[in-house]
Amino acid sequence: MAAAILAMVPSYISRSVAGSYDNEAVAIFALVFTFYLYVKTLNTGSLFYATLNALSYFYMVCSWGGYTFIINLIPMHVLLCIVTGRYSSRLYIAYAPLVILGTLLAALVPVVGFNAVLTSEHFASFLVFIILHVVAFVYYIKGLLTPRLFKMAMTLVITVGLAVCFAVVAILVALVASSPTKGWSGRSLSLLDPTYASKYIPIIASVSEHQPPTWPSYFMDINVLAFLVPAGIISCFLPLSDASSFMVLYLVTAVYFSGVMVRLMLVLAPAACILSGIALSSAFDVLTRSMKFQLSKLFDDGPAISGNGSPNGSSASTVNTSSSKNEKTEKSEAAPKEKQSKKNRRKDKEVTESVSVKPKKEKRLSVLPLEASIVSTLLLIALGGFYVVHCVWAAAEAYSAPSIVLTSRSREGLHVFDDFREAYAWLSHNTDVDDKVASWWDYGYQTTAMANRTVIVDNNTWNNTHIATVGTAMSSPEKAAWEIFDSLDVKYVLVVFGGLVGYPSDDINKFLWMVRIGGGEFPHIKEPDYLRDGQYRVDAQATPTMLNCLMYKLCYYRFVETDGKGFDRVRGYEIGKKHFKLTHFEEVFTTHHWMVRIYKLKPQKNRIRGKLKKLKSSSKTSSTLAAGRKKNPWQ
Amino acid sequence: DIFIPVVENAGSEPVSKVLLAFPNIQAKNLAAIRAFGTEGKVKGLSSVLPIEVVEPSGVPPELTFFSASLHKPLQKGKILHLDVLTVFTHFLQPFPEEITQADSQLVVFQDSSHYLSPYPVKVQTLSIRLPGGRVESYTKYGNTKLVDSELKYGPYEDVPPFSYNPIIVHFENNNPFAVAKELIREIEISHWGNVQITEHYNIVHGGARLKGEFSRLDYQSRPYARGVSSFRHLIARLPARAHSIYYRDEIGNISTSHLWSDSKKTQLEIEPRFPLFGGWQTTFTIGYGLPLQDFVFSADGKRFLNITFGSPMEEILIEKLIVKVVLPEGSKDIDVSAPFPTNQWQEVKYSHLDIAGRPVLVLEKPDVIPEHNLHFQVYYKFNNISLLIEPMMLITGFFLLFVACIAYMHTDMSISKNSPSYLAKLQWDEVQATVQQIQGIFHQCLAVHDKLETSLHDLSRTGDAKSCKAARKAADAQFKELAKELKPLLLSVQSSPQSYQIWPKLDDLVAKERELQDKLMARHATVVDSVEKKQRGQDIENRISSQQQKIAALRQEVESLLEYLSEI
Repeated sequence: MAAAILAMVPSYISRSVAGSYDNEAVAIFALVFTFYLYVKTLNTGSLFYATLNALSYFYMVCSWGGYTFIINLIPMHVLLCIVTGRYSSRLYIAYAPLVILGTLLAALVPVVGFNAVLTSEHFASFLVFIILHVVAFVYYIKGLLTPRLFKMAMTLVITVGLAVCFAVVAILVALVASSPTKGWSGRSLSLLDPTYASKYIPIIASVSEHQPPTWPSYFMDINVLAFLVPAGIISCFLPLSDASSFMVLYLVTAVYFSGVMVRLMLVLAPAACILSGIALSSAFDVLTRSMKFQLSKLFDDGPAISGNGSPNGSSASTVNTSSSKNEKTEKSEAAPKEKQSKKNRRKDKEVTESVSVKPKKEKRLSVLPLEASIVSTLLLIALGGFYVVHCVWAAAEAYSAPSIVLTSRSREGLHVFDDFREAYAWLSHNTDVDDKVASWWDYGYQTTAMANRTVIVDNNTWNNTHIATVGTAMSSPEKAAWEIFDSLDVKYVLVVFGGLVGYPSDDINKFLWMVRIGGGEFPHIKEPDYLRDGQYRVDAQATPTMLNCLMYKLCYYRFVETDGKGFDRVRGYEIGKKHFKLTHFEEVFTTHHWMVRIYKLKPQKNRIRGKLKKLKSSSKTSSTLAAGRKKNPWQ
Repeated sequence: DIFIPVVENAGSEPVSKVLLAFPNIQAKNLAAIRAFGTEGKVKGLSSVLPIEVVEPSGVPPELTFFSASLHKPLQKGKILHLDVLTVFTHFLQPFPEEITQADSQLVVFQDSSHYLSPYPVKVQTLSIRLPGGRVESYTKYGNTKLVDSELKYGPYEDVPPFSYNPIIVHFENNNPFAVAKELIREIEISHWGNVQITEHYNIVHGGARLKGEFSRLDYQSRPYARGVSSFRHLIARLPARAHSIYYRDEIGNISTSHLWSDSKKTQLEIEPRFPLFGGWQTTFTIGYGLPLQDFVFSADGKRFLNITFGSPMEEILIEKLIVKVVLPEGSKDIDVSAPFPTNQWQEVKYSHLDIAGRPVLVLEKPDVIPEHNLHFQVYYKFNNISLLIEPMMLITGFFLLFVACIAYMHTDMSISKNSPSYLAKLQWDEVQATVQQIQGIFHQCLAVHDKLETSLHDLSRTGDAKSCKAARKAADAQFKELAKELKPLLLSVQSSPQSYQIWPKLDDLVAKERELQDKLMARHATVVDSVEKKQRGQDIENRISSQQQKIAALRQEVESLLEYLSEI
């Protein structure tokens, strides 16, 4: 059931277009596989699975930085098991090899390296590793000694152990505290403290995937699963095993993380799918069983002894009484709980709504009315159908359109905006192979792949200064920008402009991030210079700095001549500065809908060397021309 | 790009050949030359004359000579109408070589107003048809006329051989100068019923280069004034019944294309991603499938492909055309007949499931123009049985895979037969099997219990104590038998080292079951006894009520134990 749900969850479809996939799609497989193997080891206590688990953890480390989620979640679960007194040798086997082998393997990955033992993200796993050993030791001693001796030993161990522990922890804390970020990487910190990124690392906050999600995005990505998940949690609590407690823990942490970043919805999706699968299958289990029982009662009316020979089937009355008794006992059990918390009450409601499984012995006795079970089965099927319809819709409409080719529906039919590829094809065919193209980093990969040109910054640029340099150039006046680009050996500058057709995610809307990131490295770029009374605008109210910066000029160059007013359809107003000329850049290509504009850096004019060169080259061409024309066979 | 129709008169001795002369610089760019001869004055059937390059002695080395051989020698005094069609490429030079977006493209045409001929010429005129538009300048001689867009020189009379009178025409020409630097046409024949054609174009605008800015604003607001020298679409005339047509480049489908088709032809209008200005270039690929029976025929035990050589594009000059004919795997005796000389060689192409590879015949020809769009034939031998090789390979492969799977499932692959884990597994399997048997026995026991129960029911209705006793006896016998069966099984389970988990449960089960049997028997006996002693029903119930409860409890325990076992 969970697999069927997972197979079409929109959250994953969003990560793959037309059969190609992101590295995150691989990573989520590795993540879930690691969890599966962990649970498998926990259930079987087999070293074989424990080893496999470490290997799949290695796979996960290779594929995604999100592996820290595993190395924190599993220790959390282990700790939970220990605290709730569920320690067993299986738990030890599941955890200890994973930490040792997994850390060794993770350290082999170049990006991770010694971070696998040095950073705070991995600290929890080692702490829990130590605690686990202490607990294992205690259990071992308990088996060896008599209770009286054990008590004595226990006090001894606890005092010594605590002292050692405190010493170690103190050293560690001192070490960790010496670093400014407390040993946490920026990414993890932005997860733990959602406001961290927007305060300190604008580049992380600038990515739309790193914004907190909205409620509609939850509904879009996991749809009806959002309603099934609570039922699944209840199923996990009846009865609570090691595996089901792990599921609950996984879900809770994933919900928190997805609440911080849209991108981590991807981590939530498998948990939601598994829990909804549990909820659905147990609901169907209860409903179909009671249906079956009721039907058999209908057909085998009378005192006749039924052929199956089971006492339950033979006399319905005893079952009914016992079942009603059972419900009574259940209620009486539930009564004190109800007082405890509202949550429990809600859960019990759901129990009576029969979405959950009852413990084994009660299972065969709980019976619902026939009509109710038929209706709720049909409703559940309808719910599933709704989910399928939504997934197909999401796959077809929302996620199948590549972001590089935009379409709009009009009365005449589908209108295709293929401007990005138009520009990239132009770059790839009509510029020199060695020319460098500067653009904001969002278009870096696309330019590299589709236009086959070197870019200054791309989506994987780690060097913040690089990105800041381009941001600074874009927010500087023309002359300064020309100098920056010239020093970077840039020939062409590419900007994305949506003002003509109303494409909202264009460079003008991203511009403030360029200013922020640029200003982070180069203090002469100040964000307030670009804002009028704290508002970002490019109309007549805009600041002169804004109206003179390169980005504004490149985007709106000769834009006013299209309609005579310069009405920007994205921002919804007329632009501030309408008539201006470019002195250091020249327009070399603009796509059909003006979405991509490419400018070339003009060569410097007043340099003598350049002049000479130019003269030489022009004389050369003229001479060849003359020679070509002179070549006359008839003379 | 200019063709020169020429009429020649010859009159002396019988001649069988006519010499045609061109300056080397023109001959270098000569793409096609064709001569049609008609004897007599009647405009009758004209026949194509074979033409070859000759080097007669005693002529200037700057000239290249072609000789057209006549079908029959021309008698003295007879008149021959000879039409010669020549096509030159790169004949028009753009001047100026660089223009801005707004400029029109001007080109220069250079030739001689006198026909360059090794023979004396009696009367000759030259007319040049221009594409219309502005004429910047032209060389003026005495009898030169410019009417509309046609420029006329002549008539000149009695011109001596090898006379040359240079002229230059400078005029506006905004026709698309589409030049394919290289075109690779791949024609792949599949005898399953398809001829797949894939054409890779590398197109450049061969006219005057664009200088300075390209402004989309100017181009969009006044496309005819600003951007007149550019072209934005090409038209391909594909054969009728072409299907699965696609138009793409290396970054995906290009959405700007239109297709019309009727029973005679399929017309594809393709628009490159951006308008092409002078010097701009682009690459793209078009592909389409054609029905096999329209293009591949068989004759004399051979098959042959009959298809056009050049590109389906209109008005395009191809500087280098490579035609690759991919024949199906297993084709033999490959032979080609083309209407003009080409470079030929053979390659091998490997596609899915190929073993020997597919033979590929490659034809290469420089400077291909629409006049070269003639049919050519490729002859080859192919056996239809070869078609089945690839499906059979697949079937065999899958068959072997499944056979291997079956074999794997039926063999024991463990390395060591003595390893403890292997032995343990074997023992465990054995234990499981015996436990299942034991379960069966217990279920039989429970069935016997039910029988006893029913006999009691019957007793309470009928009061027939005898039959009840008989039932008890039978049950007793059955219990004994089952116990006998059970004993060896239990022993085997107990002896097995793998049963340490189940054994206590099993032991418990046996004990409980025995107790249950005894209780049942005892109750049965008491009931039957009391019925025989004619006691009241109430008393009986009182007497056995305690037993009843114990029995029920035991029964539940036995069942839960059985369930536990079955879960293992």
